[in-house]
Amino acid sequence: MTAVLFDNVSRHFGAVRAVDRVKLSIAEGEFFAMLGPSGSGKTTCLRLMAGFEQPTSGHIEIFGETAEGVPPYRRSVNTVFQDYALFPHLSILDNVAYGLMVRGIGREERRKAAEDALAMVKLPGYGERRPGQLSGGQRQRVALARALVNKPKVLLLDEPLGALDLKLREQMQEELKSLQQSLGITFVFVTHDQGEALSMADRLAVFNEGRIQQLGTPEEVYNRPKTRFVADFVGSANVLPVDLCRRLGLKASFASLRPEAVAIAPASNGALSLSGTVASRSFLGATNRIVVNVDGARIAVASPAANAVPAIGSPVTLSFAATDLHPMEDA
Amino acid sequence: MRSEKPNHAPLGLKIATAAGLAFMHLPILLIFLYAFTTEEKSYQFPPPGLTAQWFAVAWSRPDVWAALTLSLKVASIATATALVLGTLCAAAVSQTRFFGREAISLLVILPIALPGIITGIALRSAFSIAEIPFSFWTIVLGHATFCIVVVYNNAVARFRRISGSLIEASMDLGADGFQTFRYVILPNIGTALLAGGMLAFALSFDEVIVTTFTAGQQSTLPIWMLEELIRPRQRPVTNVVAMIVVIVTFLPILGAYYLTRDGDKVAGAGK
Repeated sequence: MTAVLFDNVSRHFGAVRAVDRVKLSIAEGEFFAMLGPSGSGKTTCLRLMAGFEQPTSGHIEIFGETAEGVPPYRRSVNTVFQDYALFPHLSILDNVAYGLMVRGIGREERRKAAEDALAMVKLPGYGERRPGQLSGGQRQRVALARALVNKPKVLLLDEPLGALDLKLREQMQEELKSLQQSLGITFVFVTHDQGEALSMADRLAVFNEGRIQQLGTPEEVYNRPKTRFVADFVGSANVLPVDLCRRLGLKASFASLRPEAVAIAPASNGALSLSGTVASRSFLGATNRIVVNVDGARIAVASPAANAVPAIGSPVTLSFAATDLHPMEDA
Repeated sequence: MRSEKPNHAPLGLKIATAAGLAFMHLPILLIFLYAFTTEEKSYQFPPPGLTAQWFAVAWSRPDVWAALTLSLKVASIATATALVLGTLCAAAVSQTRFFGREAISLLVILPIALPGIITGIALRSAFSIAEIPFSFWTIVLGHATFCIVVVYNNAVARFRRISGSLIEASMDLGADGFQTFRYVILPNIGTALLAGGMLAFALSFDEVIVTTFTAGQQSTLPIWMLEELIRPRQRPVTNVVAMIVVIVTFLPILGAYYLTRDGDKVAGAGK
């Protein structure tokens, strides 16, 4: 079943098109990421799902029901806020039980549910503390427990890991992923970190200037960026400019080429080749990143660490399979 | 944890500070002293004798009771009105954006910046143009103009510290507008409202200027006191009343101080 459906949804703030004709459909139980730079419309999309914003035009459905005009408190959707938004005047237990309390569930029952939720996010026994006494990572878990205790059909996460340090973030990525798999709840995750989106999501939408640039699995988006923007934003794909594309016999103006797909070797049968000079090289552990200047275009090559590294300034031949060269739309 | 603060002020500064504080507060002790004097026509020092009879005299005078109850009623109703309107206004100004927001903020604060005499004359002419007879309610209206300001100022400062996402989080978790106000907003602004309300009450309770323009024949407590000082009869009764007013107002102000001094940590952001 479709969990969230956006049919040509736009949200304009005056002349600013924060969200512009977005079409997407998120399946039940899916871990869906919305990726984009700040101001790209991904957070506005999340707020449209939560009910904090209403679309200027278009149609939103949540589990088959029209969402327009339904206030946030009547949606079976819960949000983990970017700043966590824990209630400072309530204990952790009361924070987690808040959603149950306003629904009129009895004290004992909600206490038990809140304690279970705290145990689920690995904070058992923290109920009596105040938000101010917890670390950032702990508050993040409390925010997660507070949302999940309501058993939402869709959980919205607004850059939930943005404020955490790298190690904690990696740990939370794994935990969120396994939590999502065990609960089977649809997760919609907003992030500007492409690594996070690629590693966690089942599918992702890449946003720019209010529009979806590409929607697909992490593999599709990573290997075949549809537009130059996606190629630039999602990864380190090389973008071949017009003249190189023409020389290689492509009709498109631009094409993407992944650094891993390029070898520094003379072309064998059927392979395409370009020649240039080594501009820079850096050691990345498993690979060396070698940047080659081909008539002004800089093409990065991920060369296995075992291979010999050519000296800077030396002429080299790059070869790659024609199937690794992906034509892109101009946008 | 409080760090040790140095205590190296020069002696001269200490004496000057003590003298300043004494200048402010010793006259209040004089008020207390003259409440017990046996001389009723003038305040001579030292008092020729001490007596507690003025308490009984004050108790039995109906004009004392009339003035006191009028002042209490006016202050209560003006404060209650100010709490509702000031809070709503603060919520609108701090939580939303709309055309003319800054102008409205300024217009709300203006009555306390304007000299009371301007407010008083303006209200008096407005009442007479509208042919509203002077009454209890015209006094309340006059007082509400500046009571709203102190409530508004207290509430708006606290509202600004409440992260907007707290209200959204509450709605997101299933609370409607009323529940959000009851369970999230009110606990976070409660102490600010208490402090604002007490200040508003105190301002209304001793207001003279606006009251003289908006009251008819009725006397609030401060106006009654002014009138009493002109009359050379049973003067210590005024002191008795003043003393009771000091004691009765001091306790809630002390309470408000203790309730709001920890306010900094009430509405911190989420992180």
